[in-house]
Amino acid sequence: MKIRVGHLYPDYLNIYADRGNIAVLSARAAARGHELSVEAITLGDSIPDADLFYIGGGQDREQQLVTPDLAAKASALRAAVDAGAALLAVCGGYQLLGRFYRDRDGTELPGIGLLGLHTVAGERRLIGDVLLDCTWAGETLVGFENHAGRTYLDAGVEPLGRVIAGFGNDGESGSEGARMGRVYGTYLHGPLLPRNPWFADRLLEDALGHLTGEEHTLEPLSDDLELQAHAVSSERARRRGGRP
Amino acid sequence: MALRGLLWPEVAAARAVAGLSRLAGRGGGTTLPGKLLWKADPGAVNRLAARLPQGSVIVSATNGKTTTSAMAAEILQRRFRLAHNAAGANLVSGVASTLLASPGAELGLFEVDEGALPEVTTRVRPRVISLGNLFRDQLDRYGELELVADGWRATVDGLSDTTLCLNGDDPLLADIGRRAATARVLFFGIDDPRQARPSLQHAADSKYCLTCGAPYDYAAAYVGHLGDYRCPNGHEQRPPLDVIAREIEPLGLDGVAFTLTTPGGSQRVRLALPGLYNVYNAVAAATLAVAFDIPLAEICAGLERFTAAFGRFERIEIGDRRVLLLLIKNPAGANEAVRTLVDAAPPRVAVVALNDDVADGRDVSWIWDVDFEPLLTGLDRVVVTGERAAELGLRFAYGGLGRDRIDVVPDLATALDLGLELTPPGEELVVLPTYTAMLALRGIVSERGHAKNYWEGAA
Repeated sequence: MKIRVGHLYPDYLNIYADRGNIAVLSARAAARGHELSVEAITLGDSIPDADLFYIGGGQDREQQLVTPDLAAKASALRAAVDAGAALLAVCGGYQLLGRFYRDRDGTELPGIGLLGLHTVAGERRLIGDVLLDCTWAGETLVGFENHAGRTYLDAGVEPLGRVIAGFGNDGESGSEGARMGRVYGTYLHGPLLPRNPWFADRLLEDALGHLTGEEHTLEPLSDDLELQAHAVSSERARRRGGRP
Repeated sequence: MALRGLLWPEVAAARAVAGLSRLAGRGGGTTLPGKLLWKADPGAVNRLAARLPQGSVIVSATNGKTTTSAMAAEILQRRFRLAHNAAGANLVSGVASTLLASPGAELGLFEVDEGALPEVTTRVRPRVISLGNLFRDQLDRYGELELVADGWRATVDGLSDTTLCLNGDDPLLADIGRRAATARVLFFGIDDPRQARPSLQHAADSKYCLTCGAPYDYAAAYVGHLGDYRCPNGHEQRPPLDVIAREIEPLGLDGVAFTLTTPGGSQRVRLALPGLYNVYNAVAAATLAVAFDIPLAEICAGLERFTAAFGRFERIEIGDRRVLLLLIKNPAGANEAVRTLVDAAPPRVAVVALNDDVADGRDVSWIWDVDFEPLLTGLDRVVVTGERAAELGLRFAYGGLGRDRIDVVPDLATALDLGLELTPPGEELVVLPTYTAMLALRGIVSERGHAKNYWEGAA
């Protein structure tokens, strides 16, 4: 089947090798006989029909350049997600999905409010390797975080995972990321998907679910290299990740 | 010379430590004595620098600072006795160590880490500063590019009689030059549209107008976002260049020729290093020499004598094979290494090494921003090694290289041996390591007697 991916602002939000995530989704879809058709959505474009949306992180300057444009796309994106499209937001993209980002001067930059959370700029950047326990999936996620913002989830909002090692959303609560239905937000890059193949497959299954209206389970691939990289990254987080 | 050990006991003590550290086999002792001195008396760095009769030169850039300063040394050392941190110890402590180790020097020539530029400038009060480029690099260590740029702007704002040598092809540096209040600004760059890339690379950074945010129009993009740019709304454009490389002719992996134009005239140069990025390094070094009013012929002779800086396009003979070491450390630099290899002689076997220590960047995500694909199409086998070998293997597998062609061998010595075994006698093995992997690999080959230890080469 042809899985449609809408990649938001690849020319602006690409600081943490976000294209690695797309390459992994493409290859893993192809390995199961599906085709991934990726459409770039940039300034001024409308939100196309897609089964999966992706938004990455940018430097402050690039993030400021896209913020007003994303606000104009907010209702269309919300409608797509309400209709079951999947969405992965990483780092800056994750912050933009919240209600607002309050910077060091106290100024609030509005987000699109798709997820029940907000972010406040902190003194010190939270930088390091991360290991998460995702009990909802019975799996772990590994990655690298580098963010000045402290993200606070509204009561009742599920995190993507609990921090085993690393800082996570705010360096204190022990939660990392957020998830709501098929919408996932996280600070983890590295990029996220190459060393977390189960999560890449989960996103593809979600996208296929949107495309066909049925549940999908992909057959497993031999992921030797992926699991090696996962193990090394996990060891890194345990040894030198930040302490919440 | 007369002052050594007499006025400042801490200087003598730190010098003694350098010798001890080397005897103890601790990596040549390039920064330990400087660290001690800096701790004991931070002002000593300022005083040591102030004693240099010809003053100091600072070279900084994300990419090319080691090669640029080594090229500048080749030109300048026939006129001045240099204090030069050739082994790349480029923080304040490294500069301090170099000053300690060079009691009779006349001119300081320091490559300086981008983040350390503000402090080193305050202490050393350089006569000339050369700024080569700013690319995304080790975000876990430096933060975002704009943070580094802000530090550089503030540094330049505080200068009054320093000569600035700036890459006019980098929009951020051109902007720094336009705003500078200092006496003399020299812009350098490349002007040869035949060498331009068809499009901006994936990881290009400063590609939006600093005033209005519109994407620049490029008449030619050479390396990353470096090129002949112009804001479509008429805000900024590349400034007129003072020192220029034109009529560039690649000579395979053996080098590159170009016409160097300075205010003093034009002359053909044949550089023994390949790649457009080395042309940038050469014009940067030439501009530095122009700041010292060195004649064009002398500049060109120095550039032509130059062979390779430590670990950067360095060739090491190992028995009947040769190793070509090309340091990779960020997307812009790695892209140029790949492009140079592929344009000249695409290798069939390569060893690629990825470590994730502080000096390499703990965040290895940058390997996914490198355009490795043109290299992969010609490879029969790649040996991935270093602490993050598996991640590198994934990068190549998802880049389209068959998994049966990828050997994951985390141990560097074993990986090097396998690479050599896969290389036919008489041929060259391409090795692309990150910084600490490069140091370790050089250590391995020098233990086997094939390369000099870096403190021997750096003297």
